Amino acid sequence: MPDLQELFDQSASAMRAAGYWGTRTARLMIGVPDYEAYVAHRRANHPDQPIMTYVEFFRERQQARYAIGKGRFRGCC
Amino acid sequence: MSFINNSSAPQTRLLWIAVALLGAVAFAIVALNRGEAVNAAWLVIAAICIYLIAYRFYGLFVANRALGVDGGRPTPAVRHNDGLDYVPTNRYVLYGHHFAAIAGAGPLVGPVLAAQMGYLPGTLWILAGAVFAGAVQDMTVLFLSTRRDGRSLGDIVRGEMGPVAGTITGIGILLICVIVLAVLALVVVKALIGSPWGTFAVFCTIPIALLMGVYNQFIRPGRIGEISLLGCVLLLAALIYGKTVSETPALAAYFDLKGETLALIIIGYGFVASVLPVWLLLAPRDYLSTFLKIGTIMLLAIGIIIVRPDLQMPAVTKFIDGSGPVWSGSVFPFLFITIACGAVSGWHSLIASGTTPKMIENEKQIAFIGYGGMLMESFVAIMAMIGASIIHPGVYFAMNSGAGLIGTTAEQAAQVISSWGFVVTPDEIAQVAKDVGENSIMSRTGGAPTLAVGMAHILSSFLGGRTLMGIWYHFAILFEALFILTTVDAGTRVLRFMIQDLVGNAVPAFKETTSWTNNLIGSALSCALWGYFLYVGVIDPLGGIWTLWPLFGTANQMLAAIALTVCTVVLFKMKRERFAWVTIVPATWLVVCTVTAGLEKVFSPDPNVGFISHALKYGDALAAGQLLAPAKALGEMRRIVFNDYIDASLAAVFVLVVVATVVYGLLSIRKALGNPQPTAMEIGLAGAAVGGRHA
Repeated sequence: MPDLQELFDQSASAMRAAGYWGTRTARLMIGVPDYEAYVAHRRANHPDQPIMTYVEFFRERQQARYAIGKGRFRGCC
Repeated sequence: MSFINNSSAPQTRLLWIAVALLGAVAFAIVALNRGEAVNAAWLVIAAICIYLIAYRFYGLFVANRALGVDGGRPTPAVRHNDGLDYVPTNRYVLYGHHFAAIAGAGPLVGPVLAAQMGYLPGTLWILAGAVFAGAVQDMTVLFLSTRRDGRSLGDIVRGEMGPVAGTITGIGILLICVIVLAVLALVVVKALIGSPWGTFAVFCTIPIALLMGVYNQFIRPGRIGEISLLGCVLLLAALIYGKTVSETPALAAYFDLKGETLALIIIGYGFVASVLPVWLLLAPRDYLSTFLKIGTIMLLAIGIIIVRPDLQMPAVTKFIDGSGPVWSGSVFPFLFITIACGAVSGWHSLIASGTTPKMIENEKQIAFIGYGGMLMESFVAIMAMIGASIIHPGVYFAMNSGAGLIGTTAEQAAQVISSWGFVVTPDEIAQVAKDVGENSIMSRTGGAPTLAVGMAHILSSFLGGRTLMGIWYHFAILFEALFILTTVDAGTRVLRFMIQDLVGNAVPAFKETTSWTNNLIGSALSCALWGYFLYVGVIDPLGGIWTLWPLFGTANQMLAAIALTVCTVVLFKMKRERFAWVTIVPATWLVVCTVTAGLEKVFSPDPNVGFISHALKYGDALAAGQLLAPAKALGEMRRIVFNDYIDASLAAVFVLVVVATVVYGLLSIRKALGNPQPTAMEIGLAGAAVGGRHA
């Protein structure tokens, strides 16, 4: 007889992991990388410089995705 | 996926033998069966087994042996990590990003058109083309770009083959953008002509996107999940209300539009979307279309697995001789041109040298993302082929043949199509239109409506039954139109940049991308270029797709030929010529196909294939004062002749671009062979000084 509580905990954590990775994938699909990774990078490498808030970060990425520039082709074939 | 990487253990060997056997059996059923209907499940199983084996035994071979990926070499993401453009990214997350960037309308439309020859020829090329050409190209370009700080394809050509070859490629890319945007927009127009339901739903995406944009900019910034959910709910509401619109004559009149009107609206829309700030219209539509695209592809895969429909289209039809009504030309070279993106797509080389190489954690992941991403794209093409092959062949030809061929009534169409050997009654044609809630489904060329009927069949079989067929049909139309229009928005902007860059060489002030004057002029030029071909396609009595799709396919395959040529050159410059056949073989095949197709489009004496002979035929009649169907006035005759010459010139330029690139490629290879040292311009050898940008 498997321990139901354990089974429940395991599937709940699997669902959480799927949600976490699914969200990250969905965000990157529309050009928004991981904000936590950005903050961690700035803290580790540029501790003396300001860090964008999430909203600033989001807007910066949104502009960059559609910036007129090279190498930004997407979704055609 | 661990069993893929470790084949030495006896049990994994057994597993691979089982996969190979299953694949062989499924493939034999698909390929050898004659007379009886084949179940689509066999096609799916054969494809998946072939992909698994191809990835494990060819993809990894090309990556590890031919390219020599080096897990110890720091990637641009590691060296330039800035948390923004350059970010080491989990490979599964990056796979999703890369797939979402390469997937589009191409693999959905091409196979539908190719189905006129039966499902088998197209399927064979989708599988073989992806395994030996498309996936190799995507992966190799991704590899080259990763070793060059994520440079674009144009930059790589310039760096490895010289500035002249770089400029030629640049012009090629510009022309491809023009023809791609025109043909994709044409697919949308063809799907929406005289369809108030579809037109209403697609038009609704504009106010919905504006609302999402404002919400995301001012009310709750950056909450992508919230606005996407909101957008999807509103979109579904618009879809459902569209039925009411189509059934209310007073409302339907506003959305029952002719092709010319739709074309002008889309051109104007492309201009506005290119000029407006991105957060207002472009970005929110992009979110909707990306999520809807991925969601629908998954839903379709689930649907095919659950429903397992029979293929109604014969394995091979008599139209392999080149007399088909959907597009003109024989199996070689035109089948290989028509399938385009599901087998090998030059467009992917632009994406594989775009954002993806800046996010790869480790070179060892290039095979999974580059090769694996293309296999998934190929699978989408297989699903599209299934979608087109499960509907009645007579209905398929009624939907995909121009009115100039099959007439405008169901009776005429049924008679003509039955005479081709695909027996169909007028009632059967009318019944499909009734089921999906349209007035008529005849001559809905462009592939999207056919795929929508196929999808509606599959999805309504397990969700909702016949009563929901109309909803599913228009859902499929909406999904295709939405991401094609997003491509049109984004493509117009890219085209505008390229025009500014090109014209800016002569008029330096025009290069300034923040100037409003330049913005307006650039956008107008860009829309005028693709808009011209769109409009010409819409008024083309032969259906537009019949004329323009081969040109689109040629352009796309031509870019793939260029990309594979530069890949070959770099392999020689890396002193890896022993393995260069992995790119030489597909490059040669694509050069042969595109040059043959291009020359036939220009010079073929058959007016159905060659643009010049078509122009001469109409020009002679014009000189004699005669009218040739489908033209109804002398002005139309003159326009047909003029358009033929434009199309012929474009095809000729495509051929010249390919030939010039190959010549430059051969010169670069000879130079590389004469030098005993590796000469590839790579960046970022371990321990070497790291130049370039760092935030």
